[in-house]
Amino acid sequence: MRERLTRFFASRWGIILAGAVIGILAPLLQFLGNPPNMGICVACFERDIAGALGLHRAAVVQYIRPEIIGFVWGSTIAALLFREFKARAGSAPIVRYFLGMFAMIGALAFLGCPWRALLRLAGGDLNAILGLAGLAVGISIGVLFLKSGYSLGRTARTHMAVGWITPIFMGLLFLLLLLRPQFSKDGPIFFSTSGPGSLHAPLIISLVFGLLIGFLAQRTRFCTMGALRDVILMKDTHLISGVGALLVVAFIVNLILGQVRFGFAGQPIAHSSHLWNFLGMALAGLAFALAGGCPGRQLFLAGEGDGDAGLFVLGMITGAGFSHNFSLAGKPDAVVEGALQVGGLTTFGMVAVLFGLVACLVIGFTMRERA
Amino acid sequence: MAKTVDARGLSCPQPVILARKAIAEGEFPIEVLVDTVTSRENVRRMAEKAGYKVRVEEMGEEFKLILNR
Repeated sequence: MRERLTRFFASRWGIILAGAVIGILAPLLQFLGNPPNMGICVACFERDIAGALGLHRAAVVQYIRPEIIGFVWGSTIAALLFREFKARAGSAPIVRYFLGMFAMIGALAFLGCPWRALLRLAGGDLNAILGLAGLAVGISIGVLFLKSGYSLGRTARTHMAVGWITPIFMGLLFLLLLLRPQFSKDGPIFFSTSGPGSLHAPLIISLVFGLLIGFLAQRTRFCTMGALRDVILMKDTHLISGVGALLVVAFIVNLILGQVRFGFAGQPIAHSSHLWNFLGMALAGLAFALAGGCPGRQLFLAGEGDGDAGLFVLGMITGAGFSHNFSLAGKPDAVVEGALQVGGLTTFGMVAVLFGLVACLVIGFTMRERA
Repeated sequence: MAKTVDARGLSCPQPVILARKAIAEGEFPIEVLVDTVTSRENVRRMAEKAGYKVRVEEMGEEFKLILNR
């Protein structure tokens, strides 16, 4: 039974099913309360968690998102049931931590991770085209490095505790979400009362949908970065068929739920500063390619016991803290007195994206193994 | 003489990249060592798509894929 299921999930139909399920659940999450065109966004949600913990003080984006917790636990459950839980770590951990930071800085410049880029596109937000184009360029650069021998080194099996740290950390976050402690006057745990952080589906639904997606994604190795990378690297379309299914199904569900509005300007929680949408996602794409997985995949790997992926996740969460504290994150378009004010990045944000790109290029160039 | 590719502990897409390099060198049979189900399936899929025969031996928690023309 397990063998048959494993083979199904490893097949093209398996990953198409996973993509289709995500394409249904994500728009539903938006319909049930998550922010517009943000049924799922790994970067934004990790940023919201950072905010809830007080790692940044942007009051409109603070909430411990159960979807992220569900992604990790769903993967843990799948890995345990199918005997794939393996505690492993040791592959250039500090590099992965900083790659996570750079990935988050890039994603927040665009105001979305690749998952949200797909969902924004499925909601008619055409700025996502720039984002996805940038993502592809960033991944292409990563592929060049991979082809010339780039590697972060081997990971090694290690003590069980290492593998359990991320799932347990997620459990602690869940406790904080449930108990809502306040650690000091005017202090965390914060829960936004306005803005995107205040928009969320019911807790149980967010958690259950997250678990379902985590399970399916672990079984099918779903990865939005890998999808583009494998096409560029070796014309392999296995992963991208899952991503394609996500996009198509999400668009159809959005049409049914009336969640589609085509355009560039004034899209929800988005900006139309084309160059920085492109460059931000190029940085994110390069960082994901160098780290071996999109932000969703890093959560699923962490759930399976991969301590290095767990560090990447922590890099993303703390990176979100820096991003908002240092005014690096993108500002959405706004309509002020009837006139459109195009959002975008502060000078700090632009410098940060360029710095991140240089840093990732240095990592790519210097961490190569000569054959 | 079998060519061995040790891709154990390497994260994707390294195992596939190394296997492809070995295939390009043309010395068969090629043995690819991996230690995750993911890598096993990725290498198997790549090799079969490229028209090679793949046999998998399970050695404890590791897998040996034997590629032949």
